[in-house]
Amino acid sequence: MSLIERLPLSRAFRVPRADGLVPWMVPFAVVLIWQAACSAGLMSARVLPAPSDVVLAGWKLLRSGELERNIWVSFWRASTGFVIGGGIGFAFGLANGLSQLSNKLTDTTLQMVRNVPHLALIPLVILWFGIDETAKLFLVALGVFFPIYLNTLHGIRTIDPQLIEMGRIYGMSDGELFRRVIFPGALPSIFVGLRFALGIMWLTLIVAETIAASSGLGYMAMQAREFMQIDVVVLSILIYALLGKLADSASRALERLTLSWHPAFRKG
Amino acid sequence: MQEALRFRLPEVDPVGGADFVEQARLLRRRGETSRGLPLTIRGLGKSFGENEVLRGIDLHIPAGQFVAIVGRSGCGKSTLLRLIAGLESIDVGTVGFGEQLAPQDVRVMFQEPRLLPWARVLANVEVGLGGERKLPDAQLRAENALVEVGLSDKRGQWPGVLSGGQKQRVALARALVGNPRLLAFDEPLGALDALTRISMQRLLERVWRDQGFTAILVTHDVSEAVALADRVLVIEDGRIAHDIDVDIRRPRQRGSAELARLEGSILDELLRTGEER
Repeated sequence: MSLIERLPLSRAFRVPRADGLVPWMVPFAVVLIWQAACSAGLMSARVLPAPSDVVLAGWKLLRSGELERNIWVSFWRASTGFVIGGGIGFAFGLANGLSQLSNKLTDTTLQMVRNVPHLALIPLVILWFGIDETAKLFLVALGVFFPIYLNTLHGIRTIDPQLIEMGRIYGMSDGELFRRVIFPGALPSIFVGLRFALGIMWLTLIVAETIAASSGLGYMAMQAREFMQIDVVVLSILIYALLGKLADSASRALERLTLSWHPAFRKG
Repeated sequence: MQEALRFRLPEVDPVGGADFVEQARLLRRRGETSRGLPLTIRGLGKSFGENEVLRGIDLHIPAGQFVAIVGRSGCGKSTLLRLIAGLESIDVGTVGFGEQLAPQDVRVMFQEPRLLPWARVLANVEVGLGGERKLPDAQLRAENALVEVGLSDKRGQWPGVLSGGQKQRVALARALVGNPRLLAFDEPLGALDALTRISMQRLLERVWRDQGFTAILVTHDVSEAVALADRVLVIEDGRIAHDIDVDIRRPRQRGSAELARLEGSILDELLRTGEER
């Protein structure tokens, strides 16, 4: 019924202003079908609660302040771990990209560590840190480290040596060469690492919170499972999706801002 | 054949009397005093591993001369240019400019424009100012250099949207903005289409006449060499095989019988030595 009502809207495809809405049409349609299936009784509320129930559960948690607190805790863990791990990864990427000595010294070790799935360290981390904040930060930082490290290194390695020679001919100092040639040249690759890292950041945090935590979104979902509050479980999953999308959009916006010279990011 | 071309066999140029005569002759011909940098090379040699690329190069280039270096690919002509510009280390011999160099005295232009894709055109030109980039008149000088190459309307563009010829003109502006006294060109027009190449040749000749720098042009295009240069050096097997004066008045008529004859005999020579090997 509602699909037919939506038809005229699809003509707006050709109007540029509606372009921003197009990516949201599929999620919107899925929610619509989901609601319809639940309302028509095609799906048991024990398997999947209706979107309206999920919204209601969200509203209740919001009013009790529980939702806000848990989102905030998770957000804090994610961003702190991201800054720590990303910062160290970036520093190693720079050092190993710019210095042969540093690269010889550390790259092999880092590649070995990289091949251990970081989530496999959870038992060890719990033994070390308990279910303390440190445990979650450690895991997130470790997960985020590698994509940032690898892509920063790759970005610096693949800079056109002819541009570096040009910079030297025109008398750029090491600092200027880095600021004007090496860093901007590595930036597209660094952003690829950033977006990978954001995905890993959420993944690691949720797993860590589900297993060993007393607050946060992952904990909220696990608690809800205990009490068979399936609507809260679904709500948590939807919030992950939303937060992940938000992080991705933020990094895209940053890309557009800093890479406007790049044909792939040029507007219009 | 050599006589017909007035080939001058390579010899150690005596620094002193003969140079001044040569230089004075050149300056008379161009009707101006040159601010270019003279260049003297003695016994220059360069090897990459086992492979000896250049040997026993002796050469004097008076200030303000336009010299073209031609030769088959792999003959060492680009290496000679890179040694002159200080981009490679010298194995044996010396490259002297007769005086202490300021950092922006020698500039190089390559076959690839080598622009920074993340800097606007004007900022790319400012790179050419080197250490003087921070002076208050830097932007004005960069803008003037863009006017010189006829691209002042592109100052705010990204290099990525320019055509190949326009990029190369930006690279030329970047090389010119520091007022170099010697400009080394490493096949700067090699990647351009025929029409763009001709207009770029005119531009090169014009800025060279205006600014009076010493120009050294490495090219595989013999017609380009004879159209632009005062003197053509033919390099074979790492040595200067021929040193030819191009005593043809400027402005030179593209496709004139005089140029064609000279071009033809240099090409014959290059082909002959190529077949012998």
